[in-house]
Amino acid sequence: MSLFIDPRWGEALGHLPDYLGNHVRVSLAALALGLMVSLPLAILTRNRPTPRAVLLALASIVQTVPGLALLALFYPLLLLAASVTLAWFGVSFSAFGFLPAMLALALYSMLPVLRNGITGLNGIDPALIEAAKGVGMTAPQSLVMVELPLALPVMMAGIRTAAVWVIGTATLSTPIGQTSLGNYIFAGLQTQNWVFVLFGCFASALLALAVDQLLGLIESGLRWRNRVRTALGAAGIAALVVATLVPTMERSSQNYVVGAKTFAEQYVLSALMRDRLQAAGLSAVARSGLGSSVIFEALKAGDIDLYVDYSGTLWANQLHRTDIKPRAELLAELQTTLAKENITLLGELGFENAYALVIPKKRAEALGIRTIADLAAHASTLSIAGDYEFFSRPEWAALQKAYGLSFRAQRQMQPDFMYAAVASGEVDVIAGYTSDGLIAKYDLVALDDPRHAIPPYDAILLLAPKRAGDERLQAALKPLLGKIDIATMREANLRAAGNDANSSPDAVAKWLWEKVGGR
Amino acid sequence: MPSRPMIGYAHVTKSFGALKAVDDVSLDIAEGEFVAVVGGSGSGKTTLLRLANRLIEADGGAITVEGDDVQSVDPVALRRRIGYVFQSGGLFPHLSVADNIGITPKLLGVPAADIATRVDELLELVQLDRSAHRERLPDALSGGQRQRVGVARALAARPRIVLMDEPFGALDPLTRDALGDDFRELHRKLGLTTVMITHDMTEAILLADRIAVMRGGKLLAQGTPVELSKSNDAYVLELLRTPRRQVERLNALLPQSGAA
Repeated sequence: MSLFIDPRWGEALGHLPDYLGNHVRVSLAALALGLMVSLPLAILTRNRPTPRAVLLALASIVQTVPGLALLALFYPLLLLAASVTLAWFGVSFSAFGFLPAMLALALYSMLPVLRNGITGLNGIDPALIEAAKGVGMTAPQSLVMVELPLALPVMMAGIRTAAVWVIGTATLSTPIGQTSLGNYIFAGLQTQNWVFVLFGCFASALLALAVDQLLGLIESGLRWRNRVRTALGAAGIAALVVATLVPTMERSSQNYVVGAKTFAEQYVLSALMRDRLQAAGLSAVARSGLGSSVIFEALKAGDIDLYVDYSGTLWANQLHRTDIKPRAELLAELQTTLAKENITLLGELGFENAYALVIPKKRAEALGIRTIADLAAHASTLSIAGDYEFFSRPEWAALQKAYGLSFRAQRQMQPDFMYAAVASGEVDVIAGYTSDGLIAKYDLVALDDPRHAIPPYDAILLLAPKRAGDERLQAALKPLLGKIDIATMREANLRAAGNDANSSPDAVAKWLWEKVGGR
Repeated sequence: MPSRPMIGYAHVTKSFGALKAVDDVSLDIAEGEFVAVVGGSGSGKTTLLRLANRLIEADGGAITVEGDDVQSVDPVALRRRIGYVFQSGGLFPHLSVADNIGITPKLLGVPAADIATRVDELLELVQLDRSAHRERLPDALSGGQRQRVGVARALAARPRIVLMDEPFGALDPLTRDALGDDFRELHRKLGLTTVMITHDMTEAILLADRIAVMRGGKLLAQGTPVELSKSNDAYVLELLRTPRRQVERLNALLPQSGAA
């Protein structure tokens, strides 16, 4: 019952113009591009069986690629293309957000449009095509005056399917930086904010249903040659597009974009930084739910202006280093290396969010385990779970090498579910995060790393090259540096992991600011 | 020297793979003539008709239309100056009766107002009620009405030649009779040159001035019904005997008063 009077509904509603507008914009552009490519291809190949079969096979293959993977693939592809155009023509473009999302979704829309286009055109009574020729039409006149109008209802059914697919799949474009209704779902899943998840699901389902019904009206209007239906459907679509796009038109391009990765701590910190910038009179938005490899490239390219990363992560993933250095040395070297790419390492926030192997405290006591070295002796009978990237990261290889770890089984999990899983005995060990509040909540313990296989992970604030000399920005962020200790961050993360009105990133960010120095 | 034919076929051949659909056919059709081409299915009669407006291209021989070698004129322009009535209408289902009739003038760039006037004239000519039928879609018409629209469409650009591909074949007998007579009257009134394909010798005898009989791609005989009856080809004679035999059997089966 309290679900219905939860203030998070209001908060979710506040994001709607931005999320919905961007969702509609990218879906519309993708569908338009998909149609512009697919319809001519359908027309060109309608009487050519071999190219037609090849085309349909290719479109089917695209369809078998999971939507999330297809979207993610376009980011590195476009980055490569952008670097090529920069080298050859001296111009570059943003490989982040709108462009990769639109291209991937356009590709996704092609199969139903192609298939129905070809079916519609091939399904026309050959006697009518003969009649078109007989009354004196040229081939293009026959296409425009007879074949296309007759195939239109079938084509429209394909466009309708494509529209629903694109609207649904567009929710997956959040991790590559395109704002969409998926922002609710990704943020909600990461911060266990089920109100947001529900809101995102309902909003995208409603949008898809509305578009489907309106296009259905147009389709039946075309099929039964009912102009009123066709006009009503078209007017509905136009009204929907205008109503969702107009509120987002006035956004200025001077916005500071604060990036965030896909876990609760990042959502909270990005909300905190956005609030700080706004308090300093700068217009700022948070762009959260970005993939771990996308976010650094996005900063380098200036698609986002700032975000928080962790020293050890950059050390391993961006600098490709496998050696481990003491904290201060590692930070200093990182700062110099990043400076070569004009990225400013503004400073540390004050806490560390390291990977740690975590087991229930009782289990540790029972087995007499205090360190990872102690764990290694039992590993062959235990199972381990980690987040989606952990087992492919260099830290895992380093851990295995340093301690000779070999577990019975390993599983990948949504980060926020791991703690409950290890507490309930679903898995024996998890690769958790030291700043996570759930370690205390579930009475777990992070094992010591006496051989220093895991590098230090100081939370550090990074600024994009274009913000290198931005003093207003730096002044607004300075009050955060060194102020957030591990206990404070754990408590903030624990709050964010709750499922109540005070657990939204915005609410936790406000709490955090009050705690570290705000009024 | 005899006057130039409106349509002239000279040693025309056309094959589809191994099948000789039209095999060395020569046939002249004079201005104002109504010629019926009679034959069974696969006789090549439809192919012969379509060669005239280049819906099908000939392999050999020469075809002239109004004195022009069809190979020397643009096929699209050729089709726009020849009326063509399709089997069961061939009307475009997404266009109204008026838009169907006015299609060829529209393609020729005739102003919309002139097309509208022309459509009204033609509806009257083919005896369709203007207000009841003008804006209807073909699906809302009876078979006979559709075929009248088909005839009106063929006449819209004022062609001197009309080609008809089994135009009345799919109609019920009463409609068929009425439509045949009406068209024959239009042919006379407008001074058309008409070539009609049919498998029905009775229809051919009743409507046409001259009949050409085809079988297996060959032209077996041509001439007026009376001339044909003097042919010594067994197939031609058999075709001619069939209507008469039917009448005799009908007379035997039905009391004489029923014929009145």
